[in-house]
Amino acid sequence: MRPNWLGAYALLYLLFLYAPILLLPLFAFNDATIVAFPLRGFTTQWFGEMWENATLRRALGNSLIIAGSSAVLSTCLGIFAARASTRFRFPAKGGIMGAIMLPLVLPEIIVAMSLLVVLLSIGVTLSIVTVIVGHTLICMPYAITVLTTAFASLDPAFEEAAQDLGESKWGAFRLVILPLVMPGIISALLISFTVSLDEFIIAFFLAGNQPTLPTYIFSQLRFPASIPMIMALGTVLVLLSIVMLTIAEYFRRRGAARTGQNDRGFL
Amino acid sequence: MIEFRDVHKHYADYHALRGISATIREGEFFSLLGPSGCGKTTLLRTIAGFEDISSGAVLIDGRDMAQVPANVRPTNMVFQSYAIFPHLTVAQNVGFGLRRDRRGRMEKDRAVAEALEMVGLGGYGARAAHALSGGQRQRVALARALILKPKVLLLDEPLSALDRKMREQMQVELIKLQRQVGITFVLVTHDQEEALVMSDRIAVMFEGEIAQLDEPEALYARPVDRRVADFIGVMNFLPAEVLGDGGEVVAVRIAGLGIVEIPAAQISRAMPGDPGPSVGFRPETMTLLGAGEEPRGAVQVSRGVIDEVVYYGDMTYYDIRLEGMGEAVEPVRISMRNVFGRDVPAVGIPVRVAWSPGALVLFR
Amino acid sequence: MAARGLDREARQGLALVAPPFAYVLLVMAAPLLVMLATSLFLFKTGYREYVEGFTLANYLQVWADPIFRALMLRSLWVAGLVTLATVVLAFPVAYFLSFVVSPQRKALWLFLITIPFWTSYLIRVFLWSVILAPNGVVNSILDFFGLIERPLRMLNSVEAIVVTLSHAYAPFAILPIFVALERIDRALLEAGRDLGENRVMTFLRVTLPLAMPGVVAAALIVFIPTIGDYVTPTLIGGGRVPMIANMIQSQMLDQDNRPLGSAIAVTAMLVVAVLAAVFMALNRRFLKVRA
Repeated sequence: MRPNWLGAYALLYLLFLYAPILLLPLFAFNDATIVAFPLRGFTTQWFGEMWENATLRRALGNSLIIAGSSAVLSTCLGIFAARASTRFRFPAKGGIMGAIMLPLVLPEIIVAMSLLVVLLSIGVTLSIVTVIVGHTLICMPYAITVLTTAFASLDPAFEEAAQDLGESKWGAFRLVILPLVMPGIISALLISFTVSLDEFIIAFFLAGNQPTLPTYIFSQLRFPASIPMIMALGTVLVLLSIVMLTIAEYFRRRGAARTGQNDRGFL
Repeated sequence: MIEFRDVHKHYADYHALRGISATIREGEFFSLLGPSGCGKTTLLRTIAGFEDISSGAVLIDGRDMAQVPANVRPTNMVFQSYAIFPHLTVAQNVGFGLRRDRRGRMEKDRAVAEALEMVGLGGYGARAAHALSGGQRQRVALARALILKPKVLLLDEPLSALDRKMREQMQVELIKLQRQVGITFVLVTHDQEEALVMSDRIAVMFEGEIAQLDEPEALYARPVDRRVADFIGVMNFLPAEVLGDGGEVVAVRIAGLGIVEIPAAQISRAMPGDPGPSVGFRPETMTLLGAGEEPRGAVQVSRGVIDEVVYYGDMTYYDIRLEGMGEAVEPVRISMRNVFGRDVPAVGIPVRVAWSPGALVLFR
Repeated sequence: MAARGLDREARQGLALVAPPFAYVLLVMAAPLLVMLATSLFLFKTGYREYVEGFTLANYLQVWADPIFRALMLRSLWVAGLVTLATVVLAFPVAYFLSFVVSPQRKALWLFLITIPFWTSYLIRVFLWSVILAPNGVVNSILDFFGLIERPLRMLNSVEAIVVTLSHAYAPFAILPIFVALERIDRALLEAGRDLGENRVMTFLRVTLPLAMPGVVAAALIVFIPTIGDYVTPTLIGGGRVPMIANMIQSQMLDQDNRPLGSAIAVTAMLVVAVLAAVFMALNRRFLKVRA
C-alpha cells in the first residue's frame, strides 16, 4: 500500500509545482481586465495587444540577443571546464571547479551588485553587453553540468584510438570527441539559453535602460491594466521554455543512448 | 624489432616500471603476462606512445621513439574496451585511419572490404557500430588496426570482455591471423592460459619488472622463481633441505619424497620472501598407481593417503598427504586424466604415487 | 594501470580549465574583492563625499543598525523555514522517484519536476500574488464554499513569502536527495531487512543516514540563494516585508552608499558562510556517529 500512498503524494506535489503555471493560460484567455476569479469569457485580445507592443518587441529582441550570446559563450567556456574536469587530474582541481560552479548558489543579487560596482567605477556604460557578461557567468555552471555528463560518458580510449589510427590531438577531438558530445553541447546551449532568457536580477541591474523580457514584465506588473497582456506573454514564454527544454532533453538522452550510459536527469 | 633499454616509469607516488630491458623479435607473438598492477599495460602503452617514460629508451626497428608521437608510430592497437567509435558505421570505423591515405575512394573501399573479410565480417560494413556484439566489436577493432599495415599490433587484454567459449575461439583465430599477416603481435594479458596458448614468447612481469622472458614450454617447466611458478599453472611446493652441493648436482632431502639428487639445470633461485629452500613439481608429473600396478620408466614411488578429491569431468585432482611430509605442509596436488569405466579413488584411501626426479625444480 | 604521467596531465588540465576559471576570476571573484575593498577602504560622509583609507566604520554602522539586524534575522528565518519546508516536502518525492518509479520512467519524472524550475521565475512568483490576493484563487475557493465572510489578507506577509519561495526552490531540493538515494546499494537495504529490521527501522537505520549527504546538499542549495532572494519580497511582500537583498539594493542604488551597501553584502555573505560551515560540521559529526 505504501507505494500507492507515496505515488499519490508525488502527484499532488507535481500539481503544486504546476499550479501557478496552469493558471497562466486561464487568465491569458480570460475576457477581463482584472486577473481574478470568476472567469468571464474567452478572448485572444491580450495576445493581440502583446503582439502590437513595440517596447515588448524591443525587449524580446534584446532578450534573444542576450540569451543567444550568453548561451554560446557559456557553452564554449563550459566545454573547456567539462573536458578538464572529466579527463584530467590537476592540482587544486576541487577548488577551481568549485569556484567555477559557485555562481550556481551565489545569490544573484550579490553577483549583480558586485559587478555593478566594478562596471560603474571603471566607467563602463550599462548595456546588453554587460548583461551578457553577467549571464555567461551564471549560465556556465548549468552548461558544465550537462556537458560533464556528456564528456564523462566518453571512453578515454576513443581519443587514444583516433590518435593511434594516425590523427593528431585536434583531429581526434574534431572527428571523434566532438561528434560524440554534440548532443550534450546542443542540450547545454538550449539550457543556457533558457536560463538567460528567464533571468531577471542581473538584467534588471546591469541592462541600463535597455529592456529585456523579464525586466519589461517586472515594470508592467505595477500597472493592473497591463497584467492580462503579461499573462499572455507568460503563456508564450512558458510554452517556449517547455519546447526548448524538451528538445534539450531529447538531445541529452540521444547522447546518452549513443555512448551507452545510464540516464540521469538534468542535475 | 622492439627494444626496451632500461625503461623506467615514475608516477607521482609510485614506480610503475623498474628498469625494463628486453627485445621483441620481428614477426613473433609476444605476450606480457602478469597480475593486475604489474606494469604490463603501462609497458604496452609506452610502445604505442600513450605513455611517456621517465628514463631509458623504447626503440622500434632501431629508431628511438622518444620524440615520435602516437599518431605517427608504426604501431596500431586493439584496446581493451575496443574503442569502436559509436557514431560511425563498421566500414567508417575500419576506414578511420585511411583518412590521410592518398589512395582513391574506390581503393580505400576495397581495402576496408578486404579487412572486414579477413576478420570474418564480410558484408557488415554498413552496420551501425553500436549495435555489434562483443566478439564483433573485437573483430572490427582488429580490422581497423590491421588495415593500416602496422609493423606491430598491440593488443591490450583483447579477450577479457568475452565469455569463455568466445574467448577460446578468438584465441585460435588470433593465432591464425598473426600467421597470415606475419607481423609482430604484442599481447597484454593476466590470463596465463591465454598466454601459454597463443604466444611464441612470454614476459612474466611482477611489480614493474620482468621476472622471466621465455618460451611457454620453458616457462612452464623451468620457472625462474616461485612467483612465476605460482602464477603459471599449478605447482606443488615441498620444503627441502640441501645436504650437499656437488656442482653438477645438488643433493636434497625433500619432505615426503626423501633424498634426491637434482641436476644444476633444474635449479632456480629462491626469492627473499620464500620460506626457505623448496622443491616444486607440476600436478601431472606425479601419477597415482592402481592396486598392483607397476611404475614404468625411471621413476620413484612414494606412499600417501588421499586427503581430498576434486572432480573436473575429464580430469580429477587428488590432494595427497605423503608419508613423512609432516602436518605443517599442504598436501600435494596430483592431476589424473579420468579413464572411462575406472573408479575414482575415494578420500582416506592409502595410495602409491610414482614420480620422476627429472620433473622437480629446486628453488634455493 | 591506465593512469598517465601527472606532470603532463596536470599541465594540460590546467591549460584547459584556464579560460573558464579566468572568466570566473574576472567576472565573479574580482568584483567580490572590489566589493570587499569598497566596504573596508571607503566611507561616505555626504553627497558624493567619501573618506578614503582603511576603516571599519561601515561594518560598525551595519552592526549597530537595528534595521539591518531585523532584516538579516528575517531573511535567515524565512530561508530557514523555506529550507525546512522544501526538504521535508521533497524527501518523500525523491524517495518515491528512487525506490518506486521504474527505471525507464525516472527520466520522465525528473524532467517533469525540473520544468517548472526553468520557466519564468518572475511570472511564477507573481502568480502567487494572484493566488493569495484578496480576490485571488484561494479566497475565491473559500468564498465559494462559504467558509469566509471577508477575504483573508495573505499577501505582504512572511508566510506568503515562505510559501512562494518554497514553491520556487522545490526542484532544487529534490534532485540532490534523489541522487543520494540512487547511490544507495539496494543490497544494503535487503541486508537490513535480512538482519531482522522491519521496514521502518531499516529506513531509519540504513536509508536515512545514507541519504543524509543529499539532504545536506539540498538544504544548502536551497538556503543560500533563498537568503538573497530579491524578487519575492518585492512582489509578494509588496515592499512591506523587505529582506536583506532589498536592503543591499537600496543602499547601493537608492541611497547611493556603495561602501555601506558593500559592507551589508559582505556581512550577509559571512553570516551565511559561517552558518553553512557550522551546519556541515554538525552534520559531519552526526554522520560519523551514525557510521
